[in-house]
Amino acid sequence: MAEVVLRLGDDVSTDAIYPGRFMATVLPTETPQNCFADLAEFNKKLRDGQVAPGSVVVADRNFGTGSSREQAASCLKGWDLVVVANNYSRIFFQNAVNVGLRLVICPTIEAAEGDELEFAPDAVTNKTSGKSYVIEALPPARQAIVDAGGLVPYVRKKVMEERAR
Amino acid sequence: MGMTVAEKILARAAGLPRVSVGEVVEPAVDLAMSHENSALVINQLDQIFEGTELETRVWDPSKIAIIFDHRVPAETAKTATNQKKIREFVAAQGITKFHDIRADEGGICHQILAENGYVRPGMVVVGADSHTSTHGALGAMAIGVGATDLSAVWALGRMVNVEVPASIKVVVDGEFRPAVSAKDLILYLIGMISAEGANFRVIEFHGRAVRHMSTSGRLVLGNMSVEAGATCGIVPADDETIRYLREEACVTDPIVSVLPDADAEYEEVIEIDVTRLEPQVAKPHTVDNVVPVGETEGVRIDQIVIGSCTNGRLDDLETAAAVLRGRKVARGTRMLVFPASWRIWAEALRKGYLADLASAGAVIMNPGCGCCLGIHQGALGDGEVALATTNRNFKGRMGNPNASVYLASALTAAASALTGVITDPRKGGS
Repeated sequence: MAEVVLRLGDDVSTDAIYPGRFMATVLPTETPQNCFADLAEFNKKLRDGQVAPGSVVVADRNFGTGSSREQAASCLKGWDLVVVANNYSRIFFQNAVNVGLRLVICPTIEAAEGDELEFAPDAVTNKTSGKSYVIEALPPARQAIVDAGGLVPYVRKKVMEERAR
Repeated sequence: MGMTVAEKILARAAGLPRVSVGEVVEPAVDLAMSHENSALVINQLDQIFEGTELETRVWDPSKIAIIFDHRVPAETAKTATNQKKIREFVAAQGITKFHDIRADEGGICHQILAENGYVRPGMVVVGADSHTSTHGALGAMAIGVGATDLSAVWALGRMVNVEVPASIKVVVDGEFRPAVSAKDLILYLIGMISAEGANFRVIEFHGRAVRHMSTSGRLVLGNMSVEAGATCGIVPADDETIRYLREEACVTDPIVSVLPDADAEYEEVIEIDVTRLEPQVAKPHTVDNVVPVGETEGVRIDQIVIGSCTNGRLDDLETAAAVLRGRKVARGTRMLVFPASWRIWAEALRKGYLADLASAGAVIMNPGCGCCLGIHQGALGDGEVALATTNRNFKGRMGNPNASVYLASALTAAASALTGVITDPRKGGS
């Protein structure tokens, strides 16, 4: 069971997830401090340790629109948050997979802050409302990176094979 | 079945006779670009090599471009330290296409790539910046990615796990009326198809109005294609592309255009006649919140911004200077001008545009991304409103979540600078 700790709408931009003024901070160890910095209350909850790992951010369409800043994925990953959205903007989607942030594609999700969700491989159940929603699988090219533990180990293996020759 | 421009370029780069939509390929990369975020790319490259007992080396230092533009000159010690680390990396790896904070070579990465002839038709260009889609304007396949994806390119010389995208053909016919330009067209298109209308797809631009458009205008189309989610916004190369590369980017080696097959398959065809197109404005806080300028007339503006990789080129400065020459920016409104590169700055100086703008009250800033993304220079106060020629108006974009940003062309921005309110350039201002 995982709690919905933040409910957002369409077109959540990477500026909303990780404001540009913090872009000089790049390391995944440091970016979580600025996660949703402009949602001051939520950001404080994160920093005060009031959000359990595995908690869920729910949004509608085109989550992660905008900039390619990887901080937007690494800051969410740093708090071990899970994102459930109808669909994702391409660059954010790739970044999330690359850095190991868990994304769930759920085109019809209905959930409010405080609801409890339960994940199965092909569906998510809102235990609060009792309704279940179909999850779309990641495309095989992204799943391969998830299975390797992220893009860094995925590429490391290729580099070792190719440079060893 | 024939291939689109994107398919042809990816097939060539992947060493395949043909590719089709959804196929997963590993295209060789001709140019890999990054800016200050190279600090993270370097970190990720180190991680890739960690434990391999191999020396950390990029695949080909001649195919890597690094340009400082996001925070120039550095606004904090942290940024300055990142830039220092990147300079050391550039020297250690022998990277030649490096553009430091210098008035003889610097500027915004996307302008630097274009004006130095680093991008050619048919290339695969990868950039750790979403607006890398800009370079489709030169007939290339140009893809924005995050830092870890770029570090993979630095290590391998190719992209991995690329799904060949479908293309949307946008046919733009008719002739622009006076006061209407490429910026109005791309805003109109984004408003029509939405911020996700081209997500995971390529836009391929065709039609008479695009063929007659200067490369500067085409760069606007490519630049903002990503605001509809597009992987790239391609204008197939033609005589104008070759003219630009030869005359303005000083390219001397052979240029080979990549054109779509007559029977290429498009996911969708969108036809636009610009003859009736009016000046457009994107209202806060999404780029697809687009209306004709008339619907926003009279909105009070605290800050006018002309610049960015979208509209900071010479023609934009020329347009603004023509409006403001001998006149004044309205009291109570401030105006900032960020030329897209130092080459443009120098040319605008020579032609008198900078003096015209400064005499009118505009502050001429150093070339760079400036206030576009709210990092430094020109932040907005609480409740303030900006009208900018930049590409994004997200909440918080210009450094303050309690401020608002409207987007428009350089002409609309200049006309509005005279009045201090959003002004239809066909009526007021000039």
